[in-house]
Amino acid sequence: MLGRVANTIYWMNRYLERAENYARFMDVNFNLSLDLPPNEEEQWKPLVVITGDWELYDSLYPKVEKSKVIYFLTFDENNPNSIYNCIINARENARAVRTEITKEVWEQINALFYLVKEGLEKKRHTDKNLRSFFKEIKNGCQLLYGMYDATISRNEGWNFGKLGQVIERADKTSRVLDAKYHMLLGSPKQIGSSLDLIQWAALLKSVSAYDMYRKKYGKLTHSNIAEFLILDREFPRSILACLISAEQSLITLSGSPVGFSNAAQKQLGALKSQLEYTDINDIIKSGMHEYLDDIQIKLNKISSAIYNAFFSIENHINN
Amino acid sequence: MFDENNIVRPNYKLFLERLEKMSHKKLKGLQHSTDRAQLSLGMTFNVYSDNQGVERILHLDIIPRIIGNTEWTQLEKGLQQRIKALNLFIQDIYNDQKVLKDKIIPKEMIFSSISYLKELEGFKPPKDIWCHITGSDLIKGGDGQYYVLEDNLRCPSGVSYMLENREILKRTFPEIFEKLDVKPVYNYTHILRDTLEYLSEAEKPTIVVLTPGIYNSAYFEHSYLAQQMGAELVEGRDLIVKDDIVYMITTSGLQRVDIIYRRVDDDFIDPLVFNENSLLGTPGLFRSYLKGNVVLVNAPGTGVVDDKAVYAYIPRIIKYYLGEDMILPNVKTYICDEEQDRKYVIENIHDLVVKQTDASGGYGMLIGPKSTKKEQQEFIAKIKHNPRNYIAQPMINLSRVPTLTDDTIEGRHVDLRPYALYADSIKIIPGALTRGALKKGSIVVNSSQGGGSKDTWVLNS
Repeated sequence: MLGRVANTIYWMNRYLERAENYARFMDVNFNLSLDLPPNEEEQWKPLVVITGDWELYDSLYPKVEKSKVIYFLTFDENNPNSIYNCIINARENARAVRTEITKEVWEQINALFYLVKEGLEKKRHTDKNLRSFFKEIKNGCQLLYGMYDATISRNEGWNFGKLGQVIERADKTSRVLDAKYHMLLGSPKQIGSSLDLIQWAALLKSVSAYDMYRKKYGKLTHSNIAEFLILDREFPRSILACLISAEQSLITLSGSPVGFSNAAQKQLGALKSQLEYTDINDIIKSGMHEYLDDIQIKLNKISSAIYNAFFSIENHINN
Repeated sequence: MFDENNIVRPNYKLFLERLEKMSHKKLKGLQHSTDRAQLSLGMTFNVYSDNQGVERILHLDIIPRIIGNTEWTQLEKGLQQRIKALNLFIQDIYNDQKVLKDKIIPKEMIFSSISYLKELEGFKPPKDIWCHITGSDLIKGGDGQYYVLEDNLRCPSGVSYMLENREILKRTFPEIFEKLDVKPVYNYTHILRDTLEYLSEAEKPTIVVLTPGIYNSAYFEHSYLAQQMGAELVEGRDLIVKDDIVYMITTSGLQRVDIIYRRVDDDFIDPLVFNENSLLGTPGLFRSYLKGNVVLVNAPGTGVVDDKAVYAYIPRIIKYYLGEDMILPNVKTYICDEEQDRKYVIENIHDLVVKQTDASGGYGMLIGPKSTKKEQQEFIAKIKHNPRNYIAQPMINLSRVPTLTDDTIEGRHVDLRPYALYADSIKIIPGALTRGALKKGSIVVNSSQGGGSKDTWVLNS
């Protein structure tokens, strides 16, 4: 497979995963805001912090307003991570790798493109019931994942796509947990109060984890929630489960199941082991924020290592 | 659809019966679904003069053009004859140059063509085939006769529209396809792959489609063909030439490329030999080609036939190589480089269509009867300044075919682009891209100039 093409598939999947996560964050937050006392800044600022776009938002808008945040994260062309831009980029990438994906997948990405394009034209960020738009995005992405898995061979391209998807997913889960965990524990409200419960439930819902969490632990406690989102081996959006899946794809791509054959495999293996041999109490003791921050930095390094191992041209010309 | 006496032409009889049962509203509804289908298939292109990101669909009119079998057979013979002769001609001008020595065509005419590639002198491509893929532009005159307007031996585009238009129309009028015996076109990409493989000695040749990239107006087609053929879609930067062998850069190292179906013009394929500023090509590609290490399809250098001044000599070229009279005639062409013709053109410019010899796509032309005095004077000045660069043709009274408009069905001018593939024989695919002017009275059908398209049905009986 062409190096350029592999890189394009990797990013196509990252963009799609990002768009889907953003849509879910917005949907959950919108729903949450209906249950909270009206305070736009308190309700909507955390969202921009989670996505890591706060600096840009702050430079573009004078203050935190619900309508501005929604526009910024959904359609703003100045925000490279807005849902709109992610889907435009995913489609451009899909177009460039049209021969690697199936007709079903291409047409679905194209349908998503028209969904956001027409959404912008119809100014759907001003809809009274915003949730239906975000639901359409979320469903559109999930339909796409299904088609992807049901129609594409488990070849190199599929594995690069998977890699992009799970690395993005791990990053987003760690960011949500980081921002919310801090904020909720730091709040002076009584732990176990109804407001507190709604907030913790919302955290789980923003990564689609609520149902599976309840099934496994029942009661909502902050350490169990952190454990579930970081260390669970079975829940597909937990950081560890994402790393396990990424490692499988990397092993297939590198062709060396034992040890490692490139820096990406080495770094990923190390991070996965680190999580496998950690206890949630150790993490809490050493500081949740520091721990998650470290994971995010390592994920970025892994992404660069993947680029160097598979996508970069210099690599091959010198061989 | 109707002949001059307003009697339904037999090809259209069954279709018309069905059509009459549908309300205009129903037809408009079908037309709307067709537009949506094109969007969802991603059959879009960027127009050069537009900003990047402005995507358009090539409007597909749901009313097909229908051609009877007898008419088609004649057309097929004519195209086969023409392509065979032109291929011999190209081989000759780059090798023995007999046609020039015998003064069938003035040698200055060939050597002054910007598409003539001196670098190819003495070169013979695999199996002596130069023009593997042809998409000639034909028109039908009011007299019922088909004429060849342009041969298009370089990188003819549009075949993906022929194929996808058919898929869409099958969804639009399934009941009519059940009744009418329309020849299928679906096997084009299979024959294309065979045509390419025919050229390589490699047991399992690696085939790539070389595209300028996603911003090219024909990118949809490049990706479509690569995907349908099961070939790799590459850009110039994905290829590298080492020791005169072409490789593509893959995730697991370099992989040798045997056949390149290139959709990049001659000028841009190799910055070392041609346009040195080209970022679309690959340095060293041409040398590898000359050494026989890689096959380029179509061969470079075929553009000389597309030179509109050379076109005027094609009847004589066919006679010279095949000893036959041409079956599919040319449009009468005045060569501005010849004194007598030039004089005629300047005096009658208001009646003629003047074309630049090295341009295509409806650019660089003057339509005499629709032009202003000022435009005519400008063209006369251009002709005098560089006569080699211009030819002129009479206005052809183009045939019209029924087309759905906002409130009725009206005749619109169309042309016809059938596709031919040249391997062990010359195969004409029984279908075509019919391009039509959307505006009433307009005769410019090029997609880059706002034209639309139609599916073309060739009947078995």
